[in-house]
Amino acid sequence: MISARRTMAILRKELLQLRRDRLTFGLIVMIPLIQLVLFGYAINTEVRHIPAAVVDQSNTSLSQALTQIVEATQVVRFEERFATVEEAERAIVRAEVRAAFIIPHDIDDRLVRSPAIGGRFAPTAPGETARPVAQWIADGSDTLVAGAIRSLRVMPLGELFREPTNTATPTFEVTLFYNPEQRSVVNIVPGLVGIILTMTMIMFTAAAIVRETERGNMEMLITTPIRPLELMIGKIIPYVGIGLLQVGIILGLGAALFSVTTAGSLGTLLVVTLLFILASLSLGLVLSTIAKSQLQAMQMTVFVLLPSILLSGFMFPYEGMPDGAKLIADLLPATHFMRIIRGVVLRDAELADLGPDAAWLLGFAVLGLVVASLRFRKRLD
Amino acid sequence: MTETVAETVGMTRRFGNKTAVDALDLTIPKGVVYGLLGPNGSGKTTAMRMLTGLLTPSEGRAEVLGTHLPGNAEPLKSRIGYMTQGFTHYRDLTVFENLRFIAEIHDLPAARKRRRIDELLETYDLREQATMLAGALSGGQRQRLALAATVIHEPELLFLDEPTSAVDPETRRNFWERLFDLVDAGTTMIVSTHLMDEAERCHRIAILDLGRKCADGTPEELIEKVGGRVVEVAGNDLRHIGRELAGHEAISSVAQIGARLRVLVAETVTDAETAVTDALRDHPEVSVRPVRPNLEDVFVLATRGAAR
Repeated sequence: MISARRTMAILRKELLQLRRDRLTFGLIVMIPLIQLVLFGYAINTEVRHIPAAVVDQSNTSLSQALTQIVEATQVVRFEERFATVEEAERAIVRAEVRAAFIIPHDIDDRLVRSPAIGGRFAPTAPGETARPVAQWIADGSDTLVAGAIRSLRVMPLGELFREPTNTATPTFEVTLFYNPEQRSVVNIVPGLVGIILTMTMIMFTAAAIVRETERGNMEMLITTPIRPLELMIGKIIPYVGIGLLQVGIILGLGAALFSVTTAGSLGTLLVVTLLFILASLSLGLVLSTIAKSQLQAMQMTVFVLLPSILLSGFMFPYEGMPDGAKLIADLLPATHFMRIIRGVVLRDAELADLGPDAAWLLGFAVLGLVVASLRFRKRLD
Repeated sequence: MTETVAETVGMTRRFGNKTAVDALDLTIPKGVVYGLLGPNGSGKTTAMRMLTGLLTPSEGRAEVLGTHLPGNAEPLKSRIGYMTQGFTHYRDLTVFENLRFIAEIHDLPAARKRRRIDELLETYDLREQATMLAGALSGGQRQRLALAATVIHEPELLFLDEPTSAVDPETRRNFWERLFDLVDAGTTMIVSTHLMDEAERCHRIAILDLGRKCADGTPEELIEKVGGRVVEVAGNDLRHIGRELAGHEAISSVAQIGARLRVLVAETVTDAETAVTDALRDHPEVSVRPVRPNLEDVFVLATRGAAR
């Protein structure tokens, strides 16, 4: 049915062309390398040293001490001092600071009644409610920044009076598996495997068929006995190798630079990665049969790539999305792979643990290949 | 009785409301070079694409090497060779790699593949260029590579779409020598062209215009048919005389060739020389003499007829 000789001929031709295309060859290695280093160091969901202003209306030794212990948390860094709240608000508008810390003139009075210092002084008289010690106003448009400022809301202040910090028993005990130090990079490295593969695999194959058409070679190919499936298979096999090379670079470098070591077995990793590569490649082939030019192919790749970055769970947790978005996310191979690869790399999950996602990827790959072969016509009409 | 390799009956192809090929009837005997002569846009390429199964006829049918079209054209593709108008092999592969690729695509067994590549590099004078990238070849070398790749599987029927439109006359001569070698070996060829000197080399030609066949036969027959309809006018002020003649109803076409006017008269005229002399009564200084028609005259007369 399928001639191995013809499939091999296509494969060999692709490799030869790839070898002569130095820039593409270079990008295959440089894209995962540079992006891993970049994102590994740059992306951090734990916000620190937010620039802030302080408006100290009491100017006592206590208010100065308060400012210092707030800064000591490293959540904010006081960069400006203003006399009035209005000035501080304008500084937020100008984006000079993201938040302002407003200390009222009766800080001393408020502090002694505050539960934040553990009721060290006279307990509040009945009917008299404790008031907050001071106020934060923050630019809430960035939820990560806002969240960091809010974490200061119930900050214990016993330290102000040389007291040990409040050692109240927490309501719940929380144990964090797999990433106890809460480093963002642990989640990023395996996720990046999915993103880089989505980008390069879809892009390469989306351009693959179109390039033949654009350069006129297709006119010659369709006059030969080549079969669509042979052409498709011959075209994707070289990229399977490239995909595996990129996975090797990302995970190897992830282990070397960020100590994100693969917990699961290499065999499982290979199987699930192959499934994802095949799914991405066949999606690229389908796009390639739709696109009329390489430019269109690129645009379609971006069309798939953006939701793969934003909805797959790479940037934001899948669980946080509304049902409609989850539906779209579930259509993307990257979403399924994101769950799988994090499972294998971080949680030592076995193939059996990841069954549904792996099966989905396999189905997607087969369907894509069939659709691409059916869509590809050896006809000009 | 010669064998027929390809035949079309009422073969028509429309693109939207434009008819590219209109009710084409062709009979192509075995072992000849059959020329499809016509200006750009006359439907030559479309006709070839239908004959190779790349396009489905809107109407009518064709039979190529016993295969009925429209129908499954795939088995046919191993028996025909199609050399496209532009260079459609891989510019970023070497000559050898291109030949090897195409041999493998035709599923040639390893031994035959090696033998054919070796033969073709020799025949088409490409041995020195074997390791050069196809993109770096000269026009003539690229043309020979394309032909070598087209015949690598020894097809019975070759389609050549304007094979030498873009090369110099010397290269064209050499190229045609090789085509006749193939004919000698039993290959039939269908060649499309708009060049008279290419058409003259064909055993038989069909003249196409606006998708319709205007005439067909051997070049000699076609020239014979328009005998007596061509005269040459020599003298002064040819531009002016030419314009005057062109408006005359007995005159089909006037073209200046250097210091002469080549005048083709309408079919209805019995004596061309007298008709032209009569038309030029006011210009006694010019001389009029009948000449032997060439293929270009045939072509012009045939396509004029169709346009009317």
